Amino acid sequence: MPLTVALWSIAALLGVGGLAIALGRSAAASRTVYGLCFSLSLVLFAAAVVPRSAVALTAALPLGLPWIGAHFRLDALSGFFLAIVNLGGSAASFYAIGYGAREKHPSRILPFFPAFLAGMNLVLLADDAFGFLIAWEFMSLSSWALVLAHHHDAENRRAAFVYLLMASFGTLALLMAFGLLAGSVGGYSFADIRETAQPSWKSGLVLLLALLGAGSKAGLVPLHIWLPLAHPAAPSHVSALMSGVMTKVAIYGFVRIVFDLLGPPEFWWSMPPLTLGAITAMLGILSATIQSDLKKLLAYSTIENIGIIFVALGLALAFKSNGMALPAALAFTAALFHVFNHSLFKSLLFFGAGAVLNATGERDIERLGGLIHSMPRTAFVFLGGCLAISALPPLNGFVSEWLVFQAVLLSPSLPQWSLKLLVPAVGVALALSAALCAGCFVRAYGVAFLGRARSIAAKNAQETDPWSLAAMSGLLILCLLAGLFPSYMIDTITPAAKLFVGGHVPTQGAIPWLSIVPIAESRSSYNGLLVFSFIVSSASLTAWIVRRFGSNVLRRGPAWDCGYPDPSPVTQYTGSSFAQPIRRTLGNVAFVARDHLDMPPPGDIRPARFGIEIRDRVWDGIYTPILRGVNFCADQLDKTHFLTIQGYLGLVFIALVSLLLVIAIWP
Amino acid sequence: MIFDFAAQGAQMILVLALAPLLLGFTRKAKARLLRRRGPSIIQPYRDLLRLMRKDVVLADNASWLFRSAPYLVFAATWVAAALVPTFATGLMFSWSADLIVITALLGSARFFLALAGMDVGTSFGGIGSSRETMFASLAEPAMIMIVFVVALIAGSTQLSEIAFHMLSHIELRVSYGLALIGLVIVAIAENGRIPVDNPATHLELTMVHEAMALEYSGRHLAVIELAAALKLLLYISLIACIFAPWGLAPHGADFRAMTFGVFAFVLKLAVGGSLLALFEISTAKMRVFRVPDFLGAALMLGLLGTLLLFVSRSL
Repeated sequence: MPLTVALWSIAALLGVGGLAIALGRSAAASRTVYGLCFSLSLVLFAAAVVPRSAVALTAALPLGLPWIGAHFRLDALSGFFLAIVNLGGSAASFYAIGYGAREKHPSRILPFFPAFLAGMNLVLLADDAFGFLIAWEFMSLSSWALVLAHHHDAENRRAAFVYLLMASFGTLALLMAFGLLAGSVGGYSFADIRETAQPSWKSGLVLLLALLGAGSKAGLVPLHIWLPLAHPAAPSHVSALMSGVMTKVAIYGFVRIVFDLLGPPEFWWSMPPLTLGAITAMLGILSATIQSDLKKLLAYSTIENIGIIFVALGLALAFKSNGMALPAALAFTAALFHVFNHSLFKSLLFFGAGAVLNATGERDIERLGGLIHSMPRTAFVFLGGCLAISALPPLNGFVSEWLVFQAVLLSPSLPQWSLKLLVPAVGVALALSAALCAGCFVRAYGVAFLGRARSIAAKNAQETDPWSLAAMSGLLILCLLAGLFPSYMIDTITPAAKLFVGGHVPTQGAIPWLSIVPIAESRSSYNGLLVFSFIVSSASLTAWIVRRFGSNVLRRGPAWDCGYPDPSPVTQYTGSSFAQPIRRTLGNVAFVARDHLDMPPPGDIRPARFGIEIRDRVWDGIYTPILRGVNFCADQLDKTHFLTIQGYLGLVFIALVSLLLVIAIWP
Repeated sequence: MIFDFAAQGAQMILVLALAPLLLGFTRKAKARLLRRRGPSIIQPYRDLLRLMRKDVVLADNASWLFRSAPYLVFAATWVAAALVPTFATGLMFSWSADLIVITALLGSARFFLALAGMDVGTSFGGIGSSRETMFASLAEPAMIMIVFVVALIAGSTQLSEIAFHMLSHIELRVSYGLALIGLVIVAIAENGRIPVDNPATHLELTMVHEAMALEYSGRHLAVIELAAALKLLLYISLIACIFAPWGLAPHGADFRAMTFGVFAFVLKLAVGGSLLALFEISTAKMRVFRVPDFLGAALMLGLLGTLLLFVSRSL
C-alpha cells in the first residue's frame, strides 16, 4: 500500500510539472504548484514512515524496456532515504510558497521543480538498473534546467555546463557499473544482480565505478568542482534541495550498489571511501573557510559533510568485511544519521541564505553585516543552523559526529595493517574538519549577521516572509529534536543496518533517561536532553542570580574599541581578514594561497594595494590538463574537415579495412 | 539517591567556588616567583563582586546575542567543568556526557564568545575572534586525538571509567607521555596563558581572549571572567583526573571518602597552579604565527600516540 501511494504521488508530481506549463504566467501559478508539491511530498513522507512489515514491498509496472518492465521496491533503506528526500522536499516547497513569489521568471522554474522531486523519489524506488539510470538521469537533467533558470548570467551558464558534463560523466560511470554487474546475460533487475556472485576483480571495478558515479553527484573530491558553481547558481530553494537532498540520493546510490548489490565486501574496499572521504572533508571545509559568497560557502561545506559520510561508510565496509557486525552497524548508523542531519541543517542554511539574498540582493558576506538588527528572526534560525552544522551539543550535528568518533575508536581491532595505519590519519582529518567547521561558521555568521552594516542594502534589509520563516523554524525544531532525542533516530536506522551490515546497535528507545549507549554503558554514553537542560537551567539561574544580587542597570553608549572607535563600518574585521590566519597556516595544504602586497615607496602618492590570489590545486592538477587534452584532440580532428576528396576516400578505405580486420580477429 | 544528587550538586558548587581561588593562587604564586608581593589570593572574588555591582555599558549597536552570550558561555563551561570528576568518580550525571562531549561543550562556549567578539563590529573584537578560531582549529583536533589515546587505553570515553582504569592499571606507557605533553599544550593554549596569550596584557595587538571580551563591562564581564577561571580549573582537574587520579572517591563512596577526595583535589589544584606559574615565568610570549607550530606539535603528539595504540595495545 505505501508503495502504491508513493508511485501515484510521484505520477502526480509529474502531473504538477505539466500543470505548471499549462498555468503559464498566471499569478496563482507559483503558489498552486508549490502548494501541490508540498502536499504531495508530505504524502510521500507519510508513505515512507508509516509502519510496515520488515518484508520489502515490490511492484512491477509494464513501463520501460519491454522485456524488463519497471520494478519498484520499498525496503528499509529506500524508506529511510524516501523520508529524508520528502522532508527536504516539503520544506523546500513550503519555503518556496513565499520565496518563489518574488521570482521574476517563474515559468523557468515551476515545471522543473516537481519533476526534480519526482526524479529523486524514483531513484530511491527503482529496483532495476534500467529504471535506476533513467530516474538518475531524469533527476540530473531536471536539476540542470533549474540551475540554468537565470541563464542571462554568464556565470550561471558556465555553472550549468560544468554540471551537465560532470553529471553525464557520473551517469556513464554508473552505466558501466551496472553493465558489469548485469554481466553478458543481462539480468538488469536488482533481484537478479543480487543473486549472481561476482568475481573479485569485477566487484572491485564496480566499487570504483560506483564511487566515481555516486561521488560525482555527491561531491567527492576530485569530482566536486561543479557543486560550488551550480548550487549557488540555482534559486535558493533549489540550492537547498540540490545540496541538502540530491547529494543524499547519490549517497543512497553508493550504499545500494556497494552494500546491497555487490555482495560480501573485501577489506580493501573500505580504503578508497576512507581516503577520499577524509580528503574531501578537509578540502571542503578549508575552501569553505575562505569563501566570501555565502551560497558558495554552504556548497563547500556540503562537500565537507559528504566527506564525513563517506568516511563513516568506509568504516562500516571495513568492519563488515571483517565480520564485526556491531562496529559495522555503529559506523553505518552514524553515516545514515549524518545524512539525515545534514539534509536538515543544510536546507535550513540555504533557506537563510536565500532570505538574505532576497532582502539585500547580496550573496557576498563582505557587503553584508548587522542583519541581526534588520532581520532578527532569520538571524535567529540561521544561528541555530550554524550551531547544528558546527557539531555543537546539544544539537543534532554533534550526535552523528560523536557516533563516527565512537566507530573510529573501535577500529584498532581491525586485523589489517593498512587499515590500522589509515584509520588514525582519517580520524585526524575528521577532528580537524570538525574544528574548522565551527570556525568557518563563526566567520560566516559573524561577518554577515553581526557587526555593522557594510552596505546600504544590508542596512535597509527587511525581515523575510512568514512562509520562509515557518519553513526554517520547522527545520530548526527538527534539528533540536534530533539532537535531544537521538535514540529514536538510531532506532529508525536499525532495520536498514540489520539488512545491510548484518548487525545492529542495541535498541536505544528502552534506555532510561533517553540516553544513547551505542556499545556498552562502560564505554560511552551521551544524553543530549540532560546536557541541554543543564545548560538552559544553569544559564537562566546565573542570569537570575546576577540580576537579583548584582546590578541590574544597563546603559547604552558608543563602542569602547580601546578608546578609538571609528564610525565607518569599513573599519570592521572583514571576512577575508578573519580567514587570514587559517589561510596562512593551513591554506597552502589545500590550495595555493598567495598574498600580494604592493606598497609604494615613501613619497609616491599612489595607494597601497593588497590582493589575495587563490588557486585550486584540483582544478590546476586534474581538470586543466584534461581540458588541454580535449582541446588538442579537437584541434587535430579539426584537420579532417579540410581534406581533399582523395583523402576522404582514403579514410573510408582505411576504416573499411580495419573493421574487416577486427571481424577477422574477433573470436 | 538524595546523597548522589547532593554529591553532584556539591561538585557543581565546588568547581564554581574554587575557580577564582585557583586564579588568585596562580597569580600570587607567579608574583612571588618574580619576587613581587602580588595581590591577595582572594582578589579575584573581590574583582568579581565589584564587577557585578557595576552598571553595564553596552555599545549602541550590540544585539541580543551580545547580551546573552556571557551566560551561554558561562553555562556551557560550568556544565563541562561539573562533568569532570574532581573529588569523586561515578557521580549521578557523569554518564550523561563523555570526554568528547566535554570538549564539544567547550567548543560551544568558544563559538558564542567568538560571535560576541564580532557583534559590536569593532576591529579588536574581530581580531580576537579570528585568532581564537585559528587556535581552536588546531587545539580542538589535538584534544580529540588525546581523547582517542586515553580512550583506547582505558577502553572508554567516560571520564569516570578512565580514572578507574588509570587507578587499577598503574603502568608506564609511551602514549601516556605523549598524551600528557599534548594535553598540557592544549590546556595552555585554550586558557590563553603564556606563551600563547597573556591574560595580564591589554596591549592591543597581542591579546586574543581579552580582545573578544573588550566591549564587555559590569556583570557581563564578571560572568565571562568567571567562565575563564572555570575553564582553567576544568583543564587542571582534567589532567589530574586522567594522569593523577589518586584520592578520587570511587562510585558509591561514603561521606568520609568524599571529604578526603575534596582535600586531594584542592592539593592537586595547588600543585597545578604552582606548576603553571612556574612555567609562565620561565617562558616568553610567542608571536601569533608561531602558535600554530606549538599547537601542531600537540596535534602530532596526539596522532603519534593514537598510531602507537593502533599498532600495539601495549605501547
